[in-house]
Amino acid sequence: MSNGMEKDIVILGIETSCDETSAAVVRNGREVLSNVVSSQIESHKRFGGVVPEIASRHHVEQITYILEEALSNAAVTFQDIDAVAVTEGPGLVGALLIGVNAAKALAYAHDIPLVGVHHIAGHIYANHLVEELTFPLLTLVVSGGHTELVYMEGHGSFEVIGETRDDAVGEAYDKVARTLGLPYPGGPHIDRLAHEGEATIELPRAWLGPESYDFSFSGLKSAVINTLHNAKQRGEELLPENVAASFQESVIEVLVGKTMRAAEEKQVQRVLLAGGVAANKGLRRALKEACDKKGLSLTIPTLEYCTDNAAMIASAGTILYQSGRRSGDRLNGQPGLLLK
Amino acid sequence: MNGLAIDTSTYVLGVAVVKDGEVVGEFMTNLKKNHSLRLMSAIRTLMEEAEMTPKQLDRIIVAQGPGSYTGVRIGVTTAKTMAWALQIPVVGVSSLKILAQYGRYFTGVISPFFDARRGQVYTGLYRMSNGLVENIRPDQIILHHDWLSALKDLGEQVLFVSPDMTKHQETIEEVLGKKAIFGQKTENLLRPGELALLGMNQDVSVNTHEFAPNYIRLAEAEAKWLAARQGEQKENKGE
Ligand SMILES: [Zn+2]
Repeated sequence: MSNGMEKDIVILGIETSCDETSAAVVRNGREVLSNVVSSQIESHKRFGGVVPEIASRHHVEQITYILEEALSNAAVTFQDIDAVAVTEGPGLVGALLIGVNAAKALAYAHDIPLVGVHHIAGHIYANHLVEELTFPLLTLVVSGGHTELVYMEGHGSFEVIGETRDDAVGEAYDKVARTLGLPYPGGPHIDRLAHEGEATIELPRAWLGPESYDFSFSGLKSAVINTLHNAKQRGEELLPENVAASFQESVIEVLVGKTMRAAEEKQVQRVLLAGGVAANKGLRRALKEACDKKGLSLTIPTLEYCTDNAAMIASAGTILYQSGRRSGDRLNGQPGLLLK
Repeated sequence: MNGLAIDTSTYVLGVAVVKDGEVVGEFMTNLKKNHSLRLMSAIRTLMEEAEMTPKQLDRIIVAQGPGSYTGVRIGVTTAKTMAWALQIPVVGVSSLKILAQYGRYFTGVISPFFDARRGQVYTGLYRMSNGLVENIRPDQIILHHDWLSALKDLGEQVLFVSPDMTKHQETIEEVLGKKAIFGQKTENLLRPGELALLGMNQDVSVNTHEFAPNYIRLAEAEAKWLAARQGEQKENKGE
């Protein structure tokens, strides 16, 4: 901070929960001094999805390169680091273990405190890098592994009020994309096609009862596959643009609808969008329109902080560090870690 | 010369500390417990017992594999990150070579091995020469039966050492009969002190950033992908 009284807090963040090896240095939870991300996407493309063993192998080969670049880009040394924050879960266990063990090694070598961070807390705090968070707030988390509505009364307090009962929204995008013969990862392709087509096909909306904030996308995914199959049987040709537009419309209507209902019930003034699918243009626009209509302020991270990155982990780690959270030598990768 | 040695390539969790060239402490368990959870506490405890701090270390030594993919990665990640952070070298030692050290007074050949499933083993061949246990056939993955037949052809006595001995001893005896020698149960476990000694005497030449496990084997998905691609290339050439 700049009042000259408080000491700066500099956190080294590490993120390896899926297919990005990332390290970042963040000052006072908001100022990104460096954020280095090594994506493995090119390597996994040939398999049509992330292969856990390959991901782990890449992480161990990349980890110290990325750490060194993060420190050197930030022009800091270990002496300047107040704590190491690392994603402890959820994610691919073998991938998480690389970040966690690297973090423990650094913490021990230089006697620096260690803070384990929940991956979704990181995604939420990606917004803190853009705009200082104010409470209470509601976050819609959308990614390849998650679809959640998280209510926050203050820093570091997370209440999951809704989550997916089957596929995560990003997963549904990838599966529909595959059915349409689009390359992995399919999300951006669907988003692009949707803008070129029209929602001419009737597809279901999974509301799951009037009270529920949970999500379900497997029914929608099956409906798309069936529609394509039936059309083919009848010898009809469906325009992929229209299929994409119809699918995206159903997804967005449910996501935005539930978010707005929760925002009203929880009486929040602020809504956040987080996770890799936050890069989806259709979703960004629809949520912006809905929030504007209700007079709610909406924050969406810039594209580089939507996908997995260590700056967001360092930001969330700063809040935890300030609240006194410390992880010990027994910190471990936890693939099914719950957000609390 | 001071060093820290780490082995998590099998169920054994092994840590050793070298102070002024002497192995002054070893931590070793043979439990089916989580290495990631326990490794750092073991390192800290042993270093404290030896009254050493990380900054006093001159090198980090690690069992580089083969072994459990995840296990080896935990050790290698910890070792290379510590080495990089402390600006000291990391030294990798074959996990099989560590086991082979038990044969240092044996006059025949030494075959350390780990079970690799589907009838395969990770193994290599070693022999005592000029006071050191030297590798004479490189570490590899091979069908156990093929390996044993090749050893039989040598006509020498073979010392077998392996944490997976119970599963394989019968087969070995069937093929090699009296030529097969087995040690005590304690000699089937990778001892961290042996790793430490090997690592202290090994040259340091590797780039820490590039240091990675020696898996011996490609990831399954990668092997399948390569095989499929080779098939395609043959088709394209009309073969
Ligand atoms: Zn993520």
